[in-house]
Amino acid sequence: MAYSDKVRAIYSDQVKALQDAGILKIERYIHSAQDAEIEVEFPPGAPLKKVINVCANNYLGLSSHPEVVKAAHEGLDTHGYGMSSVRFICGTQDIHKELEKKVTEFLGTEDTILFPSCMDANAGVFEAILNEQDVMISDRLVHASLIDGIRLCKAMTDSFKHSDMAHLEEKLQLHSDKRIKLVITDGVYSMDGDTAKLDEMVALCEKYDAMLLVDDSHASGFIGKTGRGTHEKCGVVGKIDIITTTFGKGLGGASGGCVSGRKELVEMCRQKARPYLFSNTIAPPVVAGVIKVLDILSKTTERRDKLERNADRWRKALTEAGFILQPGDTPIVPVMLFDAKLANDFARDLYAEGIYAIGFFFPVVPQGKARIRTQISAAHEMHHLEKALAAFIKIGKKYDILGKTKNEVMAMYSAK
Amino acid sequence: MEEIRDVVLDYVIKEYMEDQDDEITYDTALISGGYVDSFSMVSLKRFLETRYKISLPDDKATPEAFDSVNKIVTLVQEFLNK
Repeated sequence: MAYSDKVRAIYSDQVKALQDAGILKIERYIHSAQDAEIEVEFPPGAPLKKVINVCANNYLGLSSHPEVVKAAHEGLDTHGYGMSSVRFICGTQDIHKELEKKVTEFLGTEDTILFPSCMDANAGVFEAILNEQDVMISDRLVHASLIDGIRLCKAMTDSFKHSDMAHLEEKLQLHSDKRIKLVITDGVYSMDGDTAKLDEMVALCEKYDAMLLVDDSHASGFIGKTGRGTHEKCGVVGKIDIITTTFGKGLGGASGGCVSGRKELVEMCRQKARPYLFSNTIAPPVVAGVIKVLDILSKTTERRDKLERNADRWRKALTEAGFILQPGDTPIVPVMLFDAKLANDFARDLYAEGIYAIGFFFPVVPQGKARIRTQISAAHEMHHLEKALAAFIKIGKKYDILGKTKNEVMAMYSAK
Repeated sequence: MEEIRDVVLDYVIKEYMEDQDDEITYDTALISGGYVDSFSMVSLKRFLETRYKISLPDDKATPEAFDSVNKIVTLVQEFLNK
């Protein structure tokens, strides 16, 4: 046995260090389907508690939509449970091709390739299309999965200050001698809920002959007038060279992701992207579910319109109550508490009031920028938001932070 | 020596320290201290090569060699003298 006491101690010490630092992640067990209201067992062994969920990526409320569930059942009946093969051996069904076609139409691109997750799409895309002669210039706050994908690629790396177009232009000039320049950004940034300036980025990329990659995981299905994503909101549909996105958030919330964009780039992924080549793709029932999701969203904008109204109301109500919010206009509404312990205590008290939200603090967000990140859904009804608001106000009063400035909150809590 | 040190320090402050309250010195650990991410090191390398008309081979431009202003100056001088 190679797992000696000495080796075991190395790992148990690491886990203990995380626990001592208060950053050990603990799962809460949900006994119901994902929805606006869920039944949670927390801590393990505690009786089930019905809470309002304001921390899911279930933006469009499609995770448990009856039509989506029915379509997944039918997919299971007609196409089976799994493929037991990667795509290029015997793991491609008609519905995989149908989904790729529908995603292409929905996003307004040239072609699409499915991946087991968007994490995999981001891990595979760079290495498949770039080499040592090229450069990747990424926003400094891009998602961890993009960072991992960049690390796996041999092209040169550089970064620009978050959303700073003048700095991006400097970098494009600095790397003008490179064969291919690829600018990399999130569409919507998941921690702050702000949107990339894709119109300005497209203009810069055209000026300096660079390609643009956007991870639109927190936008696909609901950002833009018809929910196509950040490129629709910014008026640049058809001008983004690569969009990566997930089916694990707004688009049904199950799993899977894709690379969608210029047809040659998609073909390169099909030939060379390792997570595509060496892993099964999305399982048939999930594929059938996502096809239904895209059908629903292509017929009506009702759900994204409701989400937009809900998010606007929520943002306005919290502001009027005296909370400090991270500015933005997406369903990601971060309530700024600045101090890590305050964010943690606030989330604990919310849970006691029947509201499920999570405190985020360093190292997930910068020091001094701790927050409760709330995420609004089309599944939320007015009574959910009203109850959540009442809980936020009650706890805000308890900690005496309503109407206070950032410096006042910091003075009250961070100095302690 | 003085001139290179201050040019590099100015560049690092402008490029990486805009949102930081901390003050850095010639000896502050830039990469291992978390001020400069390894992705951005390349622009610092390219800046030095352009400014001082030198070529820094990849095996010399390591995160360790770039970890403080003083270390960067030592590296640049090594190639200026060649």
